[in-house]
Parts: sequence; structure tokens; C-alpha cells
Amino acid sequence: MSETTGTGELTVTINGKQVVAEPGELIIDVAERSGVYIPRFCYHPRMKPVGMCRMCLVEVSSPRGPSLQPACFVPVADGQEVNTDVDGARKAQEGVLEFLLLNHPLDCPVCDKGGECPLQDQAMSHGPGESRFIEEKRHWAKPIVLGPLTLLDRERCIQCARCTRFAEEIAGEPLIDFFSRGDAIEVATFPDRPFSSYFSGNTVQICPVGALTSAPYRFKSRPWDLEQVETTCTFCGVGCRIVAQSSAGKAVRFLGVDSDPVNHSWLCDRGRYGFEAIHATDRLREPMLRRDGELSPASWNEALREVGAGLRQGLSSQGPTSIGIIGGARLPNEDQYAWSKLARAVIGTDNVDAQLGDGLPAEFVASLPQATIDDACAAKAVILLAGDLHEELPVLHLRLRAAAAHHGLLLVDCSPVPTALSEVAVALAPARPGEAAALMAALVASDDEVPEVPGVSAAAVSAARTVLSGLTGEEIVVVVGRTSVAERPDSLAAAAAALAKGLPGVRFLPALRRANVRGAIDMGLAPGMLPGRVSLDGAREWFESQWGSLPSGRGLDTRAMLEAASAGTLRALVLLGADPLADFPDRELATRALERIPFLVALDTLPSASAQLADVVLPAAGFGERGGTTTNLEGRVTRLAQKVVPPGVARPDWVIAVEIAERLGVDLGFDHLEGIWEEIEQVAPAHRGATVSAVYGQPGDGVVVPVAAVGLPRLAPARLDPMATPGIDSVITQGAPMFAGAAAVGSGGVEESEVIEEGGAAPAELPTESVTPSGPPRPSPLAFDADSWPVPAPPVPDAYSFRLVTRRSLYDHGTLVQASPSLAPLAPSQELRVRPRELDKLGVADGDRVRVRSARGELVLPVAADEAVPAGVALIGLNLAPVDQPGATALLDSDEAAQPVRIETVEG
Amino acid sequence: MLTDRAPIVSARLGHEDSHTLERYLATGGYEGLRKALSMTPEQVHEEVNAASLLGRGGAGFPAGRKWSMLRKASTTYLVVNGDESEPATFKDHLLIERDPHQIVEGTIITAYAIGAAQAFIFCRGEFALGLERLTQAVNDAYAHGALGPSILGSDFSLDLVVHPGAGAYICGEETALLESLEGKRGFPRIKPPYFPAAIGLYGEPTVVNNVETMSNIPWIVRNGGAAFAALGQGSSTGTRLFALSGHVERPGWYETEMSKTTFRDLIYDPKLGGGVRRGRALKAFIPGGVSAPWFFPEHLDMGLDQDAVGKAGSMLGSGSVVVMDETTCAVRAAWRISRFFHRESCGQCTPCREGAGWIDKILRRIEDGLGREEDLDLLLDACDNIAPGLTWPPRQTTICVLGPSIPSSIVSGIHQFRDEFLLHVKEGGCPMPPDEVRHV
Amino acid sequence: MARLSAENRRKAEAIVAVYPERRSALIPLCHLAQGQDGYLTEEAMEDVAELCGVSPAEVRGTASFYDMLHTEPVGRYVIAVCTNIACMLAGAYEVLGHAEERLGIHSGQTTPDGLFTVEEAECLAGCDKAVCVQVNHRFFGPVDEEGFDRLVEDLAEGRLEGTVPPHGVLCRVERSVGLPAEEPAAGPAGGAPARRGGDS
Ligand SMILES: Cc1cc2nc3c(=O)[nH]c(=O)nc-3n(C[C@H](O)[C@H](O)[C@H](O)COP(=O)(O)O)c2cc1C
Ligand code: SF4
Ligand code: FES
Repeated sequence: MSETTGTGELTVTINGKQVVAEPGELIIDVAERSGVYIPRFCYHPRMKPVGMCRMCLVEVSSPRGPSLQPACFVPVADGQEVNTDVDGARKAQEGVLEFLLLNHPLDCPVCDKGGECPLQDQAMSHGPGESRFIEEKRHWAKPIVLGPLTLLDRERCIQCARCTRFAEEIAGEPLIDFFSRGDAIEVATFPDRPFSSYFSGNTVQICPVGALTSAPYRFKSRPWDLEQVETTCTFCGVGCRIVAQSSAGKAVRFLGVDSDPVNHSWLCDRGRYGFEAIHATDRLREPMLRRDGELSPASWNEALREVGAGLRQGLSSQGPTSIGIIGGARLPNEDQYAWSKLARAVIGTDNVDAQLGDGLPAEFVASLPQATIDDACAAKAVILLAGDLHEELPVLHLRLRAAAAHHGLLLVDCSPVPTALSEVAVALAPARPGEAAALMAALVASDDEVPEVPGVSAAAVSAARTVLSGLTGEEIVVVVGRTSVAERPDSLAAAAAALAKGLPGVRFLPALRRANVRGAIDMGLAPGMLPGRVSLDGAREWFESQWGSLPSGRGLDTRAMLEAASAGTLRALVLLGADPLADFPDRELATRALERIPFLVALDTLPSASAQLADVVLPAAGFGERGGTTTNLEGRVTRLAQKVVPPGVARPDWVIAVEIAERLGVDLGFDHLEGIWEEIEQVAPAHRGATVSAVYGQPGDGVVVPVAAVGLPRLAPARLDPMATPGIDSVITQGAPMFAGAAAVGSGGVEESEVIEEGGAAPAELPTESVTPSGPPRPSPLAFDADSWPVPAPPVPDAYSFRLVTRRSLYDHGTLVQASPSLAPLAPSQELRVRPRELDKLGVADGDRVRVRSARGELVLPVAADEAVPAGVALIGLNLAPVDQPGATALLDSDEAAQPVRIETVEG
Repeated sequence: MLTDRAPIVSARLGHEDSHTLERYLATGGYEGLRKALSMTPEQVHEEVNAASLLGRGGAGFPAGRKWSMLRKASTTYLVVNGDESEPATFKDHLLIERDPHQIVEGTIITAYAIGAAQAFIFCRGEFALGLERLTQAVNDAYAHGALGPSILGSDFSLDLVVHPGAGAYICGEETALLESLEGKRGFPRIKPPYFPAAIGLYGEPTVVNNVETMSNIPWIVRNGGAAFAALGQGSSTGTRLFALSGHVERPGWYETEMSKTTFRDLIYDPKLGGGVRRGRALKAFIPGGVSAPWFFPEHLDMGLDQDAVGKAGSMLGSGSVVVMDETTCAVRAAWRISRFFHRESCGQCTPCREGAGWIDKILRRIEDGLGREEDLDLLLDACDNIAPGLTWPPRQTTICVLGPSIPSSIVSGIHQFRDEFLLHVKEGGCPMPPDEVRHV
Repeated sequence: MARLSAENRRKAEAIVAVYPERRSALIPLCHLAQGQDGYLTEEAMEDVAELCGVSPAEVRGTASFYDMLHTEPVGRYVIAVCTNIACMLAGAYEVLGHAEERLGIHSGQTTPDGLFTVEEAECLAGCDKAVCVQVNHRFFGPVDEEGFDRLVEDLAEGRLEGTVPPHGVLCRVERSVGLPAEEPAAGPAGGAPARRGGDS
């Protein structure tokens, strides 16, 4: 009887059953596919096999008779016979387990891993049952602190090297290594160089025993008390698939799920430990109203009445264009759609912008010839024109790093200051701030007319050109993001346009940092844009037929809204989880605007600096507290699931939109999440075909929009390897549809609590009329127009000034990081980095305090000498000052193509 | 029958200054190289094939055949294994300190034959004097024109680096040695690939040969492979340096013709071992390093022949013979050997890392009088989990053969001296007298 | 506690230059650093890491695999007594016991004056001279109890200064040939294969 799985060209016999396999596949994987699970410890499907632990020994036929071979290392061969369940193999496996347990402390009752421990499980299934060891066990002092988030109990370690291999092979940060030899081997750091990798949590996740534990989860729960649900991390635009686990109603642990196109089971520590922010003590629990200058608690009714009144007053006094909405990137797609529709069809304003002047132009993102993460990793070459992905989009950094370090991807790093990926890049040509377009034009110019590029050496340009020479546009992917908020976004758009012109067929992966900013653009939370990647003017007829009415013309972006507010022409502003005071790259303007605006509403999960100034504060349900979908930077729509209830009376943002519409006398037309998605699929041109069942029925890898570009979504694997992702209970839970009313798949795995009801708040009482499309034809999504992105004029060169580059840190003073107690202290302090030679010229030493001055403001902070910073550039961290103190944004004028600053000495 | 023939690799060692270039040149040094350079690489290779020179590092693989297995590539490396750490083996140590030029010359000839432009001699770190002498020899060979560009006026060029080890037995295992040479911990590489000849140093095809193997090459080229093959018998051709130690009157190194010489000759001949010390009876002897199962008086008349020893259930291994007289405690000897493997296990494979430590502890407990009768079966079963079936040559559950070397002494000891083991248990301690300090 | 001296840094760079990949120089550089300070200081390991293009944790991790490399201070003279089979049969444990008693320390420890460290060694390949002893990797043997006492006295009184350099000094002969001349990037004299930069 032949197994039908696999499409390969060879046949092996595993435990008497014939299995078809492909050349190069490992015995362990082929066996697993055919339903034979071979025990293992050191093998991890996402890392190179090393065959060290010897747990997977099986009997393999050979011309010289059967021999014991590690199934994790030996590839299948045609005609091979593998036996996993014969005396020889069983004895070897039992032997290895007995050896492993000799010196193991067997302290399962007090071990975090107890109950979900592969060593425990495999000792039960493949172990000898009892130990014959009567000698004194090996003893170590325990636990030791490896890094800020990671602890090590050396007695429990089974020396499988998963953690050290992860650090070296996957993260490229070998901060931990095996120390000593033989049975004295321990995992250790170098003195005073802690394991402070952003990816440290992955080592805890893949440790097959309780040797590595994380500070945030340690002793928080027992595995049997955990409930879990598969969802998507929304800390950044990568959208890693995770399992969110809760105990007694509290989120206690996030684990990475192996999503093949996205995160390969890895997570960054911010995403992994960000669960702490869900239960931050200062979460907004109830609506608040400003009374006598003070914010005080109010009922939803009072608060919504106030919002309705405020908006109506604006509408009646100065019309819909006096109302603006900023933010929405952290919302799920459905909530974004609801707000987009509320703004356009109910309020009648196009003043909506999910980006705070710190992203890329919406039309640009919506129209780019799009590449997926996999496309980028499989490309021949990637041009990197973005910020430091290690800080902004850590798992995208991992994916690209692996492709460049292990799979031959040629990486050309053109970020203005070298990034963490520069180490694996084959060419470095840092674009001078404001002049990326000139560099890109030079990269694609024909050989005899390569122009000089200001600020980039001819050698660097030629090195980059050499890498790209001979490659077609189709073989190249450009990762384009906001290199620095001290540089205007259209400068990047112009750079991308130059590439698109010179390299026909080139595709782009937008490095969008904010979690669902891609969804926000797709849902039309941008001036001049409507849901489904169409423009307000281009899709007017269609949307009028769908929504009724539309604003008459293109509205204001965030910057223009803030200017209008400070000029007094904007009457009411809604902040959708946005904090312009902290995030807008011109703090001075943001402050003026929020102080002047007559009516300010803030929907948020935490009391941000901007929310403190609002007239009405509405508590929103946050991550893990509501369902829906999110769109990652490659346009992949995946499911979000609810695991815990929102605090107090907080509600999902879409419910609030429905209620506000109702206060304005209009029915938005939805009462449940799938209903909203159904409407999106009907209305939004790019989302056509992304049906409710495709999007909501598949918790796995989701659907890439537009649907034409998608392969089949991931089907839940039959069984999840407990050793690849220990701690994730079973795939039945993972694979189960998570919305109410759907039939559970499999049996036994789905519990009531894992089934998601939409929102945690009372359902809005709305009539349920479905929208039926009719009338004008559905427009097509925007196509990229390389000619519509002119190069903004860079500032006039000035021998005394530096061009500022801002850089993000994974841990910063943003509200979410600061609301996570384990992460908050990890934010670095603010400093200015400049080339040592230029510091000498200025007469300041490494570590001195200096004054940085721009036309907009000034800042006094320490300098650090940094050889990696190009000449004429000063690098500053963004969002690293405590909220009440000015940070880098105080220096920025968002109208500058590139921000010039001067550096001055300070006395004392 | 002990033959009386001129030595090959130890010919020069009678001279005080045997390590110098002057002495080397005065005794036919670099003649082999000169001759080799007048031949084609294939012809040199052919001579070594004709000699059927067996590797002297322990595995006894024919050198010429190993060279033929090289994957064709633009870069090929030659690495000479001078890590000699197999207990009771000290012949490479001798050759490194006393005749470094002979190794260098053999290395150059071999590099020529296999087309390597870069060679390394991995010298055990504890051989400080050896490192100094080897380094000096390389400096002198460069000066003499035997290394570097256009060697001795030919168009063959070679660079040779003397690389110090840092103290880890496992680095003698050729793939661990390559890892160590790449600046990593000495973790043996997992097989496949089975031979460095396919994927070796820096992923390139590499020949790894032992110091003594290299030392034979100049003679073979000078005198012809046939002359070498005429010595010894069967597959065990030529002469070999045997390191004799333990309870003999005259411990030391002896170069004798393979196969024709017997263990009895080596241990008892007055010109060689001179007999068991103080005329005592022989209890057991180890025929080829501590990884080898033990031999007993009934094996004395076997020739020093690779195949014969292999068939009898042990190995000639690294060419070291340890003699134990009747006062030796078998438990203690087995324990000390197990302790060695425990200390030297690299730590990758669970059975070796954990098994060696466990066995060490059990044997120590028996020697200390805290043993139980069931410990003997426990020991054998633990051994069986490292080397399934306890067969010879061993099967293995580990990456390299250090693991399956662990059982040798234990299985030998328990099988041959079970009563002595049990006596330890019954009497609550060791019944044998303490080791005698050999006063000097 | 010391970084590599300027002189040793020059030597280190020369060592790196003879290898096709710089990580190969890791162990030789550790010996060099140990020759400077008697053991591997943290600062020196950081220097080695930089020279070999690896992380300090990898240098420490790799070095700690090897018995000869010490990441903690040891005595000026490290006396290694082989107790492996051949030496054991010649009374090595008795000699080691005597050594411990005589120096008042256990094997693995250092005398309070920082002069001697005693180690129980595995086979040193000096089995014909059992009991075999090394002091800073210089051979002595056969050594019995009296011989050991004499050895320690000679060392303490500086009579072996020339023969036994301080701990860590290994090979006092420097490679003087075949080094890349001016241009370290170019291949070495001798037409050996071009050096490859970095490691994977
Ligand atoms: C645990 C172990 C230790 C070894 N130690 C040495 C050694 O010290 N010296 C040596 O030449 N070969 C040693 N070998 C054998 C080498 O792996 C390799 O076979 C040999 O160097 C090849 O040289 P040859 O073919 O000239 O004998 C060892 C093998 C093992 C498994
Ligand atoms: S058998 Fe022992 S020494 Fe050999 S690789 Fe495995 S652990 Fe290392
Ligand atoms: S050896 Fe195969 S899983 Fe460890």
C-alpha cells in the first residue's frame, strides 16, 4: 500500500509501509509525514540538523546490514528500509533517555516546563520506565541570569545546543555558547556581555526542557491551566503568527507558531513579552469626560452623547472638512473599515490619516508592485532602502538575514546608516539623507552614464552596481521603508520610482513598521484613498453607489490636519489610538495643534500623552481582547483572536464607530465582524475574492491581497510536532476556526473559551441590512505610476551642518513597551552618534554632552563616536526620551527633504 | 621471530642532534623530496600504493588508497595529525621532537602527490619542545628551499603551517581535528560525509594522515614502494614504531618489522621489553592503545599484524602496548581507562557524554568497595547502549568512535576477571596491592 | 588583566595571516594571550574575538573546551602529573598524593603564593618515563616522590628558569618565513592558495 503524500521520486519503507519522498528529505521528516513519530531533542525543523542527542536513532538498511542512524541527519534513499520500532532502535532510544535522565534533577513539580516537557513526554513514551542510576548527580548553582529576560537552570540542560545554535545560526548573535567539555558543558555568556538579543525568547521556546526560562513567564502558570488560541502579533508590520495563552483570564504567554510564509515559528522579544501590556495597570477601563478642566469617569452613554454633540457642532459650524481623524493603524481591518466608512459616508470628511507623518505615502504603498516576504528571501538580490529592520521589523530581519547568510541572497544595503543586516550584505552604499533617489538612479543607470551621487563614494556605487549587474528586475526585490523620519517620505517614493523605471519587473516589499498600517491604507484610512487600494476620485462612482455619499474632495493628511488645528480651521479631531505628541515627527507642531483644537476625542487602550489632553476619552479593547483580521506588510490578511476580556467597559473600535454613527443618525450597517468582512469583500476592489470563508475559515497563513497573488492558504498540519514548538498544546486548537458558530474541527481540542465571540462588549443594537452591489462597475486597484513621484529638493549643502538620521529602537518610550514591565527598562538612553573624525573636528570627545540645534528646536544630549556613521550624518534614536521630555522629534521640521542640524559644544 | 633489520623512521634517532637540518641533510634528508619532484605526482602516489603503507594513526587505512579518494577540486589541503593523545602512545611525540624534518619532508612529498598547496601539521599542544622543533624545521626548510615557492627549483609550491593543539584527546579524531583547526571546539563532525577527502578543512577535500605515516614517505620514495612492501607480511607491510609501557623491564619505543615480530618478542626479548618487571607473571596486555580490548598470555605468540590482531578481537591501533603484571587490579585498570574517556568525551552525543561518566562512577564505587553484584550486568548493559551488541569491531550509537571505545576495557575486564570484580564486591574493597612507585 | 600588548598584537596579526580563514587562528592566539598573562584574561579574549571575527562568548566557549587554556588565573608553574594507565601502573597516584601533600593543595588548586598549580593529567605521551610529569608543558620523568621534591625545589629557587618558562609560554620559536610581506591582504609568499577573509 503506497502513501499518497509527497510528490517525490523515491520510495522508502518505514516500518513496513512504503512512503514516497523527495531526494534530500530527512528520514525524520518523511517518517513524521507518514504518521511515524521518531523521538528527538536536538533536531529542530528550522535549523540545520546536527545529530547530537542521538535520541532519533533508527535502524536503517544498508548493504552491510541494518545499522543505527540518526533519523534527523540521514536523508532518505531510494529503496531504503527504516525501522523505528524494532528491538535495536527501541533499546537505543531507551538507552539515550536513561542517559539523559541520569543527571537530570527530576524537579518537574517546580519546573515551568513540567506538564509540557518533551523530555518528560518522551521519557514516558520511549524511556525505560525506571532509572538504574544510584550515583550522586551533577550539581550546579541555579538559576543563573543569562540576560535581562532569560534565566538558565543548568542542571536541567540536556546539551542539545538548540539555544546556542539558534543564537548563532538564526539570530546571528552568538552571545551564548557552550562552555567547557563533555558532561561539564554548560551554556554560558561572556562576562559582562549578557544574552540581550532581541530574539532571546525563541531559545526559551525551543528549549526541550526547563533549562531556559523567561523572566516574564517564570512561575506564572502551570501548563494544564493554560488556554490558548492562535492569533497574529500586532506589535509590528510583520504579523507573526502566535499562540496566545492565558491562565485565569490573564494573558501569560505568547509562543511563535510556525507559519511558513511569515515567521518560521520565531518571534522577537517585544512581541513575545508584549503580553504584559494587555494587563497594564493604567489601562483605560471606562470612558472619561473633561469636566471643569479635569478628565473624570463617565458612562458610555454620556461619553458618546458628548462625542455626537461635539462632532455635530463642528459639522454645523464649519462643515465636514473641519473634522479630522488621525490614527487607526493599530486597529483590526474591520474596525478600520468601520471608521473609514464613518468618516466618509457619515461625517463626510476625507481628513483621515492612519500614519503620523512617519510612514510612506499611502498611494505609493497601495500601488507598489508587491513582493511577499518569501519573494524577497527567494530573490537573487534585495536592495535594502529602509531603517534598521532589526529594530523595526525584527522577524523580517531574521528572514532576510537567513536568506543572505545561508541561502545566497545578495543583499545591497542602501540605508543611510549601516544596519544590522550590513554584516551579511555583499555591498554597502549608504544613501545620503534626502538623496536616495539619486543613488537609486545611479544603481540602474547604464554603464557609460553613471552619475556621481552626492555623499556616496564612486567605489560604493560601483560595488552595488556590480552585484546587480546581469540581474533582471524580476530577480530583484526592494525592501523600501521610511529610512528615517528626518527625511521626507516622498524622497523614498521618488527613490523607488527611479528603481521601477530602471529595472522593469522589480517588486517592492514595503517595510511598514506599524502593525496594521497596511490594513489602514487598504481600508482607506488615508486622505484621498478608499478601501481596496483605490483613490477617492478614481473610485467615486463605485463607492457612492455602495456607501451613499462621499466627501467632495481630497482631505488633509496628519501634518495638514495639525496645521489646520493650530491655525484654528479644524474644529474637532479624533485620535484613533494615535499619540501625535510622541510620534509625530515635529513635536512643536503637534503640541500647538492639540492645545488649540476645540474638540478632541481619543480612543485608546492606554492614557497616552495626547489622550491626556482630550475632551472625551473612550476606552478601546486592545490586542487579545477582540477578534477581526489584520494585514501585514506584504498584504497578508490573517486572523486575530480574542483570548481575554477587555478591562472595564472597553469596547472594540468598530463598535464605537457604529455607536457614533448612530448618534449622528446613521446606521453603519454592521453588527458582527464577519459581516464587516463580507462588506469589505464586496466593496473593496483589491479584496475581491478574499471571501469570509477564505479569511475567517483559515486561522493559518491567511490570504494575501489581492487574491490573484495568493497560493493556497496553509492547511493545518495533521499533527504539530511538540518538539518544534514545545508548549503549544496541539494543532487541533491551532487549526480550529475561531469564530462563533463554526463547526469545530477534530475533537476534544476546542474548548468553549477558545471560541471567539466578537468583541467583549455588548453587541450594538443595529438593524442588519446587507449591502448588495449594483450599478457602476467595480474599479481596479491603483497601478504604480513611476512618474508621479518627483524628487523633493534636498537642503542646500552646508559645510557646518549634519544631516540628521533618526533610528528606531525595538525598545523605546512608546506606550506599549513602557506598559510592559519586563521590557520598559530595556529602552536605551538617548544619544547622538557621529563619526569619530568629525567629533575631533568639533573638539568634543566620546561621551561629552553636546547641543544639537535645528531651525525647529534644540536638544542637549551625550555624543558617541561611531565609525559606522557616514560623514556628514548625525544619528539619533527616536522615541528614547521619557514622555514628558523632548526627544528627537523636537528637532524635526516635517517639511524638510532632509533635516539639517548643527552640533555645538556645551560648557560644563 | 624477531628480525634484525635497519630501521626506517627511527634511523636518525641515535644522533644527539637528530632534529637539526644539518644532521638531516647529512643522513639523506630531502633526497626523497628531490627524487619525488623528478617524478610525476601520479608516480609518487603509485610508489606509496606499492608500499601498501597502512596509516599509523590508529585506523590502519592504506595511505595510498586514502589519497585516491580525494574529491577533485581547485583547493586541496593536507593535514598531518600530530595530536597523539591515545593513552600509552608516544611514538609521534618522539618523531616530532627528534626528527621533525622527516615529517616535514614526508608532508611536502605527500602534498606534491595529492596536489595540495597548503599543508598543516597539527601538533599536540602539550608538546612544547616538539612545537619549537617543528617550527624551527619549517623555518629551516624554507631557508633550504624545500618549502615556499618553487620548491628545490621545481614549479611546485607549498606553504606549511605548524598548528598547536590545546589539550583535548578528541582532536586526534580527524574531523574533530579539522574543527579545531578551524578555530572551533573539537566536536567530531557527523557522518556522512564519511571522509574528509570529500569534505574536509573549510569544506574542501582534505587528506589527514598521521605523523608516523608521513615519516615513512621519504624512505618509500627513496627506496621504492616494493622495498617497503617486502618487509612485513600480508597487508602489514614495513616496520612500525611500537610504544611499550607498563610493567616491563625496559619500557620504550621499538621499531620492528610488522607481522614478523610477535608480542612475546616485543615484551620479552632482552633487546626490546626485556620481560615483565621483577620476573612476575603477565596478567594482561593492551595491544594497541586503551581503546583496544585487552589481550592475555594466550595471545603472546601472535605477530604484530593488523589483520591477525583484528581477527582476534582487538586492534593494533596506535601501536602502543601496555603490560600489566599479576599484581595489577583489573577493576582499577578498567576504571582508570573509563575515567579517561569520561574526561575526554567531547560532550556532543548523549550516550558517550553521560554513559562515560556513569561507568566511571560505577567502577570507582566497585574499586572503593561499595559495589553490588548487579553492577557488573549494569556496566555491560550501559556499555551495550553505547556500542550495541558489544561486538568487535563495535557498532555505535554515537557520532565518532570514542564512544564505542569506552566498553573495550570494561568488557575485557569483566569477561576475563569476573571473579576479581566480584571479590571487590564481597570483600568491600580492592584485594590487590597498591601500585608500586617505580623508583629512579 | 591586560589586552594584547603592541608586540603581541603584531605577532597575532602575523599568525592570523598564515591561515586561509581567520577563525583558524583562535587557538594559536589564545596560546599567545596565555603566554602574555599566564591565563586568558577577559580583555585578551575580546582582542582574540576581534582578530578572529567571532564573538567573545565564542572565544571563551571554544577556549574552555581545551584543557591547556585557562580562563581563570593559575600558578606560575602548572605541574601536571599523568595518572593514566601506564603512569598509574608505575605509581602515579602515589606520586600525585605526595605532591598534594607536599604543596598543601588538592589537584586543580594553586598554592597561596601563586607559584604552583597541580593538575591530574591524562596521558602526556611520555609513558616510557612513567611516572611522567610536565611543568608548563616541559617534560620530566620518570618522577618518584623524591624526584618530585627536587623538582619543586629547583623550580622555587629558579634553577630551571631557562628550561621552564612561565606558564602559558608555549612555543618560543617564531615562524619567520612564508609570511605575507607588506600587503596582508595578498596571498603569502610561496604561492599558497589565496587567503579567504572572515568565516562563514
Ligand atoms: C578518538 C580518536 C582519537 C584519535 N587520535 C588520533 C591521534 O592522536 N593521532 C592520530 O594520528 N590519529 C588519531 N585518530 C585517528 C584519526 O581519526 C585518523 O584516522 C588518522 O589521523 C588518519 O591518519 P592515518 O591514516 O595516517 O593513520 C583518532 C581517532 C579517534 C576516533
Ligand atoms: S562519541 Fe563522544 S567524543 Fe565522539 S562525538 Fe560523540 S560525544 Fe563526542
Ligand atoms: S540526534 Fe537526531 S534529534 Fe538529536
